Amino acid sequence: MPTLTLLQAVNSALMDEMAEDENVVVLGEDVGLNGGVFRATEGLQAKYGENRCFDTPLAESGIIGTAVGMAVYGLRPVPEIQFSDFIYPAFDQIVSEAAKMRYRSGGEFTCPMVIRTPSGGGIRGGHYHSQSPEAYFAHTPGLKVVMPATPYDAKGLLISAIRDDDPVLFFEPKRIYRSIKQDVPEGAYEVPIGKARVAREGTDCTVVTWGAMVETCEKAAKQAEEKGISMEIIDLRSLVPLDEEAFLESVRKTGRCVVASEAPRICGFASEVAAIVSEKAIESLEAPVLRVTGFDTPFPYSLEHVYMPDAKRVLAAVEHAVNF
Amino acid sequence: MSQEMLTVLETKKRGKPALPKGVDDDLVRRMYRLMLTTRLMDDRAMRLQRQGRIGFYVPSIGQEACAVGSAAVMTDEDWCFPSYREPGAALTLGADLQAIVHEWYGNAADNTKGRQMPVHYSFKAQRFVSISSPIGTQIVQGAGAAMAMKIRGKKAFSITYFGDGATSSNDFHTGLNFAAVYKSPCIFFCSNNQWAISCPLSQQTASESIAVKAQAYGMPGVRVDGNDVLAVYQATSEAAERARAGEGPTLIEGLTFRIGPHSSSDDPTRYRPSEQLEEWQAKDPIARLEAFMKKAGLWEDAFGEPLVEEINASIAEAVKVAEETAMPASATLFDDVYADLPAHLAEQRDRLLQQEKTAGAAEMDADAAFPL
Ligand SMILES: Cc1ncc(C[n+]2csc(CCOP(=O)(O)OP(=O)(O)O)c2C)c(N)n1
Ligand SMILES: [Mg+2]
Repeated sequence: MPTLTLLQAVNSALMDEMAEDENVVVLGEDVGLNGGVFRATEGLQAKYGENRCFDTPLAESGIIGTAVGMAVYGLRPVPEIQFSDFIYPAFDQIVSEAAKMRYRSGGEFTCPMVIRTPSGGGIRGGHYHSQSPEAYFAHTPGLKVVMPATPYDAKGLLISAIRDDDPVLFFEPKRIYRSIKQDVPEGAYEVPIGKARVAREGTDCTVVTWGAMVETCEKAAKQAEEKGISMEIIDLRSLVPLDEEAFLESVRKTGRCVVASEAPRICGFASEVAAIVSEKAIESLEAPVLRVTGFDTPFPYSLEHVYMPDAKRVLAAVEHAVNF
Repeated sequence: MSQEMLTVLETKKRGKPALPKGVDDDLVRRMYRLMLTTRLMDDRAMRLQRQGRIGFYVPSIGQEACAVGSAAVMTDEDWCFPSYREPGAALTLGADLQAIVHEWYGNAADNTKGRQMPVHYSFKAQRFVSISSPIGTQIVQGAGAAMAMKIRGKKAFSITYFGDGATSSNDFHTGLNFAAVYKSPCIFFCSNNQWAISCPLSQQTASESIAVKAQAYGMPGVRVDGNDVLAVYQATSEAAERARAGEGPTLIEGLTFRIGPHSSSDDPTRYRPSEQLEEWQAKDPIARLEAFMKKAGLWEDAFGEPLVEEINASIAEAVKVAEETAMPASATLFDDVYADLPAHLAEQRDRLLQQEKTAGAAEMDADAAFPL
């Protein structure tokens, strides 16, 4: 079995699904000859031709609007938005069009497409190459929102997303694009959308998280262990639909819950998880549900390391919950 | 009309070449110095980036004439909405070299407080409006400022700079349309360097030029040799006269070439033919101006090595000062989000400072580097 980075796993999923289904087309800025600025689409144009993998003019609304038209017609486009920070010109096409196509047409028209986009901080990219905008999309009925934390999940989830009959926002945690490697099967396989994963078993405190923060929480778990605290980590993998049972079951066992996310705090997806835990697991809670998030400031450049929730901040919240 | 290209520097006429209206010998020398400074700043910054001393950089090598020749037309009443490839315009408007270098480091003396990646300058005193990364957003803002000038009854203009890729953005179309409909005094300056990262111009537009697009919006479009600083000056100066006379906006296309990589994270050999690079290296805007100055009797020996050394020394000094300056303090993270600090941010700040006291400050990840 090949050992792949998350980035290579994304590429492998695209390679396999383009072979499997000729309706799958890849479009975006620099995705053709250059293989994407991160190289996620490397080799696709050489293998499948310019009809199936092509560069677009520089207009995100154009990329997504075109993909909506293609999807309605019957293709399965996989548009790339070079950085999720540049997705906003396409916001209207995503939330007003792709998300509502099925509902507003009474199910007559559908919009099966996967918007792949790197997100998250930790690469010294300042405001516009670092943000975590998943909550904007999770807030829009009709969209599925997925974010893998491992190479294996990246490939399996991307394949499921491409085969899904609804529009999927596929956020790729770019900070860990190349930093973790894992055995990833050759050939297509699915990791179901809407199923969370227990990334680490523990007994004292549940930490719910997703994307690159899973790695940060694993670091915190090791430090917690040295202090005699056993952390359980739930990697959501998919925000919409959300596997509530996975984290509720964990919280019922540990009695404590910390939710960790890079995004700003106000109306972040961490708040959604915290609300569900308080609504449905209050009888098990021995401490308030705590959020560890980015600050409610724009994403900074020089002070990125201060802004980003690190293992220390996760650990402090876990200790607070345990000692409550 | 749009396919004609305005060139001034090389002429077949004998004798001292004529200067465009509004340009005197001193301005030629000044523009030479500004272009050279821009080039030497780029050289130095790219080396600093390679040495890991600054995180990222965007060079504008080969495009200096577009930025300097156009900004040289501006007066204290005019405003500039730049992209990241116009440090030459910032210098021309009088931005301080030391301030530029502090920004590369994002340190405590940086006037933008280390908030953005290198090259995303902001110079209020020079009316050089804060640069953002999203492509094209400044174009329609430039049109808005021009409308504001009209509302105030000013005889001034705003100029907005953008690349060829940006002409595909919604904001390009909206900006030109709004400015034309309201006859706003806006100059749209496209530095057509023929590439948007790895995408050649042919993938951006099927029009025969950028300038020709002006027609459809109802404004003049001018195509100018973007490596000819005098031609750029002349085209911009004519557009400025129209703007000040209440005749509305102009689209200028400066045809140029990005000699370097898109940014310090890019490798153009992956996608760009080397013959094209060589062809354009031969049209270097600084070398062309030097040849013109020699022919026009404007060249002085001091413009050679001594000037290079002088400029390099001032850049080296600015780098030294920047490297001796501390990074911004953690608490500054929460400033400037709003005019006043709201309670929830004060709480977040206080908790952070408390935590830094008990658990120590967060550490910078030494491996983190901008990957493109
Ligand atoms: C809205 C948006 N989409 C994508 C990007 C990523 N990106 C940065 S520069 C660039 C190419 C810009 O090309 P052009 O407008 O020609 O300017 P140049 O870099 O050549 O000066 C792209 C695609 C971005 N910054 N903003
Ligand atoms: Mg360009």
